Amino acid sequence: MTSKPVNFFKSIPLWVKVLGGVALAALLIALPIVYPKSYVMGVMCRIFMYMILAGSLNVINGYSGQFNIGHAGFYCIGAYTEAILATKLGLSFWIALPLGGVMAALIGLLVATPTLKLRGTYLAIVTLGFSEIIRLVALNWEGLTGGPIGIKGIPAPVFFGFKVTRSIHYYYIFLALAALFFFVTYRVINSRVGRAWMSIREDELAARSLGVETRFYKATNFMYGAFWAGIAGAAFAPYFKFIASDMFSLDEGFNILSMVIIGGQGTLLGPMVGSVIVNFLTEFLRPISQYRLVVYALLIIAMMWLRPQGLVGASNSILAAKKIGGKTGRGKRGALAPAGGK
Amino acid sequence: MATILEARDVCQYFGGLKAVEKVNMKIEEGDIFGVIGPNGAGKTTFFNICSGIFKPTAGEIIFRGEPITGLLTEKIARKGMARTFQNIQLFKYMTVLENVKIGFHIRTRTTMLSALLRSKRYSEDEKFATEKAAEILERVGLSEFRDTLASNLPYGIQRKVEIARALALDPKILLLDEPAAGMNPSETQELSDFVKKLNAGGLTIVVIEHDMKFVMNTCNRILVLNFGQKICEGTPDVVRDDRNVNEAYFGKGLVVGEGYNNA
Repeated sequence: MTSKPVNFFKSIPLWVKVLGGVALAALLIALPIVYPKSYVMGVMCRIFMYMILAGSLNVINGYSGQFNIGHAGFYCIGAYTEAILATKLGLSFWIALPLGGVMAALIGLLVATPTLKLRGTYLAIVTLGFSEIIRLVALNWEGLTGGPIGIKGIPAPVFFGFKVTRSIHYYYIFLALAALFFFVTYRVINSRVGRAWMSIREDELAARSLGVETRFYKATNFMYGAFWAGIAGAAFAPYFKFIASDMFSLDEGFNILSMVIIGGQGTLLGPMVGSVIVNFLTEFLRPISQYRLVVYALLIIAMMWLRPQGLVGASNSILAAKKIGGKTGRGKRGALAPAGGK
Repeated sequence: MATILEARDVCQYFGGLKAVEKVNMKIEEGDIFGVIGPNGAGKTTFFNICSGIFKPTAGEIIFRGEPITGLLTEKIARKGMARTFQNIQLFKYMTVLENVKIGFHIRTRTTMLSALLRSKRYSEDEKFATEKAAEILERVGLSEFRDTLASNLPYGIQRKVEIARALALDPKILLLDEPAAGMNPSETQELSDFVKKLNAGGLTIVVIEHDMKFVMNTCNRILVLNFGQKICEGTPDVVRDDRNVNEAYFGKGLVVGEGYNNA
């Protein structure tokens, strides 16, 4: 009952963490040199991209307790912004990439503002609808988005005169972006801003009574998540060279969400692990084609049942409330309610 | 002594229910002000109006000479009003230290950018919040629990954590909603001493409480509500002897005598 270490990761000595980090970084950097098979590189690119997507969704769902299931919409905005800027205006990838993120963040603000008073499933429905609206706009605004044909021939990025074309090159772009996302998010989460987000997740009314401007922080949280989804989309567009609206359907949103749930909400590492697992599964289960979706569904159900906080999920999260409540018999009224529920 | 918090004809109706009806109140700086009344008298509703959670149907709340009626809770908190909740609302799955650190939100100014760049402001803010939080925990006697999850703590300790968190705001006035609920007599006595100590440090305290011994020993002025209306206000002695108060608590039959004034 008295002071016990809450976080397992905090009990690992610093040098082990540093050594582990350096080893992992070296491994990831060296991988394409040692094993440059383009199939493997392609899978790795996807894993890194989904790390950003799932990680950014986790910032919204896991840290501030808002429930967004339309993350594919922001992903879509980022991809289309980059594609349109690059093909129609001939803008460089390095300018279009951040603009894709900014565009997604602005649309994120547009969605967040009227929905600030919604929570839980109500917000989820709005984001779901939003994601579909974005997809339908992309499908029907033929002048801008190419309609059902999509946008073809998205130019490859040029890096100091070097044209980035093969997946081994994109490997490093996605790796750098994922590392940047991890680094930035780690810093933001472990600060006053991150604490404000988490306080909203835990108890919004209490947060307000402590002077946390919950509207502002919910909106910035939403924008932050949308920004990184936009970045992922903007990096995806030239990598795939072609985008069409059906790539950003609701299925894509649920795919991202499943990574967050399987990996563990409310932890930085969780979605990263989730991305690795789900993408590996996708590859392993290719022989059974669409039946793999059944496997995903079973996996999610099993996760919700056995480990609601996800694989990496810490027990020190309201998302693990059910687990804690069951274990210690302290499951008071409200322990099962969504964050801040009264 | 100046008036710090004033309620003028405050009403709060929920449909046909008059939860609070024309309540006037004046709290002087340095008071320990008690709000008592039978269950459902509107005490917590009144607190929620003062702290901006409800916008009153009518009336005005004036805090330090400034009308704060209908302001957002977070704005009112920034003006120097802190509160605790009747059904403890801690950040359950965060440690005690983290809970208190969130209380420093309004006294620190780190933005996303300065957090990202780990600027000077960030390190100053973190140092300030961590040190001051540890200091408050020391003062409240919770140092040994600083790394424990709030939800793992016993009820009485959770109440203390909530007070510690409210103190982090460095408030001018502290609203405590049933702080002694679920405490045993010795804990209640300890709480009473603690509240007096805080008050001696210059903090004005408003407290809703059912424990009469606590209220009579701790508060210097008391407001009594019944069915949303003020039935009495005064020092503990006045309130104790007031006929309306006795009626509200014990019923008419038990009050001997005649010619009581119906308010």
